Amino acid sequence: MPITRRPYRLAATVLASSAALVATAVPAGACGGLVGENGSIQLTKTSTLAAYHDGVERYVTSFEFSGTGEAVGSIIPLPDIPSEVVRGGDWTLQRLAREVAPAERTEFSATADALGSPDGAQVILETQIDALDITVLKGGGDEVGTWARDNGFLLTPDAPEVLDFYASRSQIFMAARFDAARAAALGQSAGDGTPIMLTIPTDAPWVPLRILSLGLEGETLVEADVFLLTDEEPDLLAGGPGLSLDRSEAANDLLLDDLRADVGMEWMPEDMWFSYLQVEAQAADLDYDLAISPDARTLPTLADTGVTPPQVRPVHAPGPALPVWPMAAGALVAVIVAALLLRADERSRAVPA
Amino acid sequence: MRRLVRLGAAIGAGAVVATTGYAVDASGAPREVLGPGTATVEVGIDQSAFDTGPLRVAQGTLVEFVVQNDDPIDHELVVGDAEVHRRHALGTERRHPPVPGEVSIAPGDRGMTYYEFTEVGSITYACHLPGHEAYGMKGTIEVVPAE
Repeated sequence: MPITRRPYRLAATVLASSAALVATAVPAGACGGLVGENGSIQLTKTSTLAAYHDGVERYVTSFEFSGTGEAVGSIIPLPDIPSEVVRGGDWTLQRLAREVAPAERTEFSATADALGSPDGAQVILETQIDALDITVLKGGGDEVGTWARDNGFLLTPDAPEVLDFYASRSQIFMAARFDAARAAALGQSAGDGTPIMLTIPTDAPWVPLRILSLGLEGETLVEADVFLLTDEEPDLLAGGPGLSLDRSEAANDLLLDDLRADVGMEWMPEDMWFSYLQVEAQAADLDYDLAISPDARTLPTLADTGVTPPQVRPVHAPGPALPVWPMAAGALVAVIVAALLLRADERSRAVPA
Repeated sequence: MRRLVRLGAAIGAGAVVATTGYAVDASGAPREVLGPGTATVEVGIDQSAFDTGPLRVAQGTLVEFVVQNDDPIDHELVVGDAEVHRRHALGTERRHPPVPGEVSIAPGDRGMTYYEFTEVGSITYACHLPGHEAYGMKGTIEVVPAE
């Protein structure tokens, strides 16, 4: 009796790869998975801003050229189809980093129609930003993986599962590939970053975190900064250890003014809520995403965490520690009162014969 | 596009397997003993995982492995002793010429190879593309004395 069993799990999503480019610089950073030649990962601490206002998410991240190794690409899962992908502002991410840096503040300076394929991923948008070739794709995990492979991306063994993971929620991906020759022509050198900003109309913003563990060995430490700007204080859901909400407060006017002055950030309203999260997790633990409810009227979606309910947990800012002295004083008073009552009771029973 | 079958070894030997062998579902838990004689094992690959369950093979059995790669990335199936795996673990070829016990399978493709289990003991199979074995693409086949 024969027997073929081929469970075909359609699920989800992302990948990164090595472009078939002869290059000495690689893009690092960005909230995406990066894979270098022979599957080696070159990923530094990443920084991302997800700003949500009036039904539109602005997603800002940056690609930095490390200057070593072969060329690589990156794939970032997106919650919806972006209406625009442009070069990001010059200082938005740096300004946000400065906002949460413990060091003393100092002056900052400015630095730096679908082409369908019947059986494969659809190319929704193509553009060039500095030395990056940006392609927005629509498709399932296998389709996007095939597109990536056909376009010179080297996919790590966990790529099929991760791509399926994301495609089950959103079949929109952005692939970024570094063109070393163009970087040289532009005068870019190691350490230069290329910020990009995606404008994504969507009802359900979420931030991909699992993608950061792509291709990494389980014990590898993943570090990332995630900044959120929302109209109101958001509810946040995630799915495991290694994610902390370190700041949650009304954004101060100075920060908003600084960000609003950057290129492409004029959309920012007068008031916004500022959240700062840090990812510091072993790759094996980073199997979840960050679901966001941008206002008090809606709840974050469990599905957007990418994990099942037993693993889902809300992300709260650490509350102020309860002061010890009131509790100690209360306990002392209770003991004294109890002692007095006991003594009074003994006296009442001590009737003279 | 999926090619029907990529012969991982001599066509003549493959034909013998096809005409006299029998197919076995390798994906379940039952550990029935394959062989003696010839047997066919269908191996699916999805999300960088072999769907093959525990296998027991009678000594002297010639097993034809028919491998379906449903992933969008390359994979391979290498069956052999420790020396074979050591050589592949250190090798740099992304694809191998057809050799008994070894077959490379492109995304969406179907491939075939065969292996004769001549000695009682344990034989390992794995995918040696970078990072794949560490990701879990490996398993063992127990070879037991023929009844």
